[in-house]
Amino acid sequence: MTARTGRPVRHRIGRLLGVYAGLAGVAACALFPILWALSGSLKRQAEISQPMLFPAHPQWSNYLDVFARMPFWRMLFNTVLYAGCVTAGQVFFCSLAGYAFARLPFTGRDTLFVLYLATLMVPLTVTVIPQFILMRVFGWTDTMWAMIIPGLFGSAFGTYLMRQFFATLPVDLEEAAILDGCSPWQVYWRILLPHAKPAVMVLAVLTWINVWNDFLWPLLMIQRKSIATLTLGLVWMQGEYVAEWPVLMAASMLMLAPLIVIYAVAQRAFINGIAATGFGGR
Amino acid sequence: MASVTFDSVTRRYPGADRPALDALNLSIDDGEFMVLVGPSGCGKTTTLRMLAGLEPVDAGRIHIGSTDVTETDPGARDLAMVFQNYALYPHMTVAQNMGFALKVAKVPKAEIRTRVLEAAQLLGLQAHLQRRPKDLSGGERQRVAMGRAIVRRPQVFLMDEPLSNLDAMLRVQTRNQIAELQRRLGITTVYVTHDQVEAMTMGDRVAVLRDGVLQQCAPPRELYRKPANVFVAGFIGSPAMNLFTVPVVDGAVSVGGYALALPPEISAAAAELTVGIRPEQLQIADRGIGVEVEFVEELGADTYLYGRTVDRPAPQSVVARVPGGTEIQRRSRLSLHLDAADLHFFTTDGARLG
Repeated sequence: MTARTGRPVRHRIGRLLGVYAGLAGVAACALFPILWALSGSLKRQAEISQPMLFPAHPQWSNYLDVFARMPFWRMLFNTVLYAGCVTAGQVFFCSLAGYAFARLPFTGRDTLFVLYLATLMVPLTVTVIPQFILMRVFGWTDTMWAMIIPGLFGSAFGTYLMRQFFATLPVDLEEAAILDGCSPWQVYWRILLPHAKPAVMVLAVLTWINVWNDFLWPLLMIQRKSIATLTLGLVWMQGEYVAEWPVLMAASMLMLAPLIVIYAVAQRAFINGIAATGFGGR
Repeated sequence: MASVTFDSVTRRYPGADRPALDALNLSIDDGEFMVLVGPSGCGKTTTLRMLAGLEPVDAGRIHIGSTDVTETDPGARDLAMVFQNYALYPHMTVAQNMGFALKVAKVPKAEIRTRVLEAAQLLGLQAHLQRRPKDLSGGERQRVAMGRAIVRRPQVFLMDEPLSNLDAMLRVQTRNQIAELQRRLGITTVYVTHDQVEAMTMGDRVAVLRDGVLQQCAPPRELYRKPANVFVAGFIGSPAMNLFTVPVVDGAVSVGGYALALPPEISAAAAELTVGIRPEQLQIADRGIGVEVEFVEELGADTYLYGRTVDRPAPQSVVARVPGGTEIQRRSRLSLHLDAADLHFFTTDGARLG
């Protein structure tokens, strides 16, 4: 008996160990570049290419240099402003569109949705030039509007995400609200949106990260330092101080920090949201 | 409060080969408790949803009182509905759930509070007003759903199988509470169920539907005593009525070797007919319908006896409800007696005779 029951238990422990070893390996691969950048941000210029993770004399002054060499706080403010506006816009418009595609009956709804979804397959490089021309026509190049307006009105991915979530909510809830006298707007705002928090959280975090890390669009649109983003600041610093890798690494770390804080705070809601919207791996 | 009238109302779902509801004519009186009953897919929920305005009307008109509401928005029809799954708003407290419709209608806060409190007292929900639906039991949720409807003081209550998620004991208790509450409030109520016991015990009248067609609308007692057709005869009553299709010979029919004399007007009406006998009207006796017992169900107060008539070559299924404790052996043969006055007669098309 013992031999019979012992084998599956040992087998299971072995499998678990294998799974955890694999996951640890993947986590190490993902974390190593960040650790390397963190380590680099504390090194001297001469140590930057030396293969050591812990510098003998950590140079905290590299972080102070960042503030001296770029208008960090201004750029952080700009990036937060753009990310905040675009995230709010995406959440609002994608959830509205998702609600309409999931729940409101109108002619050609599904065809329109498929067409909208198909725009996901159009690469950014195809649309970037027309968008640039559009911004120039509006006179918005090198202004904050160019950073906020184009991303404000939703995206195919966000709409898809929200639609999938709204489609899972019980129809009874909506019908009860309709009988309670709610208009379609009230059904969306008072009944369905409060239930869509998990999906909203996923969309908000993904949009925020996307805008935060965006480089191509700010590069094309912005020339003034006063309205530049952190990604631009990093690149401009690289241009002026080609050899200053430790300072660059320190700037990268400073840029990464708010994202890590946001993710740490929203982690549970984000994971729940991924599970609730059916984007999980299982 | 108001009456409700369905005037040749039809609903055909896109792609369906027959209407979900076919030219329904039904009048529900002011303050009446009307139960819609029938098997799955009979159109009872569609009827309710059309009255609520949640389903479009393809033909015909619906009136609430003297107002034609066929094209009116659901929110403007002054109806309140209790859903099968209650559809309580999970992010709101019980009090907020109950007062939500009034809030949407911009009723002053003080009045909302008063009306919610009144309804909560009526339903024994005072202690739960600040709790959320997820913290309530099934029975409590059901009462909140009722409360949400009551608070609105609507012209018509709509209830879509509101007891189907409760356990058997709670269902009986809540059934009585709903019926009593409706009579106290006097609000016209349309209640959908597939449970004939609910239909028979709660309704002032019961409308039986099948395949989208109204079969009969009558008080429960009349449905039981004078079913309009074979379908209603078989649907109302538990166990279902025994139905024997037999030829008429010399003014009588023979079931299980037992000759049943027919009234002259019945025997003259058809050469073959369907005879209906309720299981509870069959009694074990020395003379009667010859039956071979196949199995027996002991239910305590009653015993259900299932068997086949001794007719050859085509024995017919028969079920009898006899007093509990009656000793019956499987595979035994016995005779079941009945009073000729308890017979129901139908044409072979299913329509009632007499």
